[in-house]
Amino acid sequence: MNAILEIEHLTTRFATPDGEVHAVSDVDLRLDAGETVGIVGESGSGKSQLFLTVMGLLAGNGRAEGSARYRGTELLGLSRGEMRRYRGRHMAMIFQDPMTSLNPHLTVGRQLTEVLNLHKGMDAAAARAAAIAMLEQVRIPDGARRMAAYPHEFSGGMRQRIMIAMALLGGPDLLIADEPTTALDVTVQAQILELLRELKASLNGAIVLITHDLGVIAGLCDRVAVMYAGRLVEEGPVEAIFAAPKHPYTQGLLAALPRVDAKQPGDLFAIPGQPPNLQRGIVGCAFAPRCHQVIDRCRAVRPLLADLGCGRRVACHRVGA
Amino acid sequence: MVDAVLDGIQPLAGRGLWADAWRRLRANRAAVIGAIVLGVIALAAVAGPMLAPHPIDAIYWDRVTMAPDFALGHYFGTDTNGRDLFARTLYAGRISLALGLAATLVSVAIGVVWGAVAGYFGGRVDAVMMRAVDVLYALPFMFFVILLMVYFGRNPLLLFVALGAVSWLDMARIVRGQTLSLRRKEFIEAATAGGIRDAVIIRRHIVPNCLGPVIIYATLTVPNVILLESFLSFLGLGVQEPMTSWGVLISEGARQLEGGQWLLVFPAGFLATTLFCLNFIGDGLRDALDPKDR
Repeated sequence: MNAILEIEHLTTRFATPDGEVHAVSDVDLRLDAGETVGIVGESGSGKSQLFLTVMGLLAGNGRAEGSARYRGTELLGLSRGEMRRYRGRHMAMIFQDPMTSLNPHLTVGRQLTEVLNLHKGMDAAAARAAAIAMLEQVRIPDGARRMAAYPHEFSGGMRQRIMIAMALLGGPDLLIADEPTTALDVTVQAQILELLRELKASLNGAIVLITHDLGVIAGLCDRVAVMYAGRLVEEGPVEAIFAAPKHPYTQGLLAALPRVDAKQPGDLFAIPGQPPNLQRGIVGCAFAPRCHQVIDRCRAVRPLLADLGCGRRVACHRVGA
Repeated sequence: MVDAVLDGIQPLAGRGLWADAWRRLRANRAAVIGAIVLGVIALAAVAGPMLAPHPIDAIYWDRVTMAPDFALGHYFGTDTNGRDLFARTLYAGRISLALGLAATLVSVAIGVVWGAVAGYFGGRVDAVMMRAVDVLYALPFMFFVILLMVYFGRNPLLLFVALGAVSWLDMARIVRGQTLSLRRKEFIEAATAGGIRDAVIIRRHIVPNCLGPVIIYATLTVPNVILLESFLSFLGLGVQEPMTSWGVLISEGARQLEGGQWLLVFPAGFLATTLFCLNFIGDGLRDALDPKDR
């Protein structure tokens, strides 16, 4: 197989005045070329931190252990300068809020061509032509004129398209989209997702879609990885997991989705309790306090990801046994 | 009204934040008048001494401390040494304005680079650089100037150095503060994620976004420097005869309040007017540039 990214035993810790926080704890994940993988989890589940670690963009008090290999090259432990050569050219990231992701003082054209000058050494004319072509590809019409406009002259959806264009200009093999549609309204969300779907076909690398919206995952992704409290709890093909979730947390997430075809529009299901405090070391399964199928072993021993076949893995004592 | 509508239908013209700020500045009457008056004073300071009927260092023994006299061409009167005050006041404007401008440029250049680098890299770099600023802050200004004078002798160039060296400290702090808040903005993170070099991020993404406060503070630094120079000249540490500055003229005039009020009134009037103009321009710029997060 043609692996783009292999993450093994990745742990990310943050030193805080109140003690260490384990934002990501012992995560294994593999991304192959041509795949789109969704990462779901609630706020604070470590889904963003996992990929910020991969990109080397951790905050100053963060420390990563384990391994993250991009096409066989170990990324953790690279120097700032070495890491920079991978960013943009091999791995690119799209952020959540398109309103603040563009520099308000530079024209869109200058921000787009900056990436090309830097990574491909293009001269101004070639970079301009490439940037206009890329704007076309992200469905921004009249790119030649739009290049001279400033970010505040675009709508949110348009800005997110520009962010996507900027991320793609370096020709990355790994595109990480961190909640690309969260800050947008629903119709614009649909348009951006449609755009990502088109790009998926033309990109020969892998796309990571970090989101808490299961609907987005269902529509776009091949595989899904569910994170809880910094741990990967279940992973596998989207259809299989949506049809028959094995981990109680995934079951809870899917049950909590509002359904259009529900016979009686009653109260939504909610998983009782709250996510654990990551400052305290968690013994056993992180989900145990909220789980309705909990057994004694769950509170004592951390369940490891067990392979179920067909590319499915789940970390639960009740499933593997 | 029609203009506003026409502007509304040309959204693709790329009207940047700077163009917006420029429009708002032009709409601010106090700032525009301040700029015009300041321009007139600057022009008078540059061209005035050449047009004045008397040179700045000619001594007329028969006209010592004479009240303004248009017939003889002493529009502002003469000083205690019998020199023409009109020529001297305008010439002093040259020195004061040039000093103010040059020292401000020095302070902007050093302060912006220093503050942006410290704020952007943070951590230990920040700690070391800002402690250096604190140490310089703690150094008494007069002590610093006297030290320079003792080591290098009296030299107008030193005045620039001394004034620039103290005024960049505030600028560095302001820029560092701005940079700290900018560094958390997503477009900086996006640029980092795009693999752009630190130097380029500072130059293209941090500094342009700090310029609003920097420009405002710079316009407030110019009067500050002029005042500081006046203070130094008052103590006899500033510019030397026959050169003169507003500060020198005012200190001389202050001694002749009885019997020679014009010696104080004219230079002080020029200085005060200049300071007012700069403050109005600074205020206007702040109003024009501040509502950035519209």
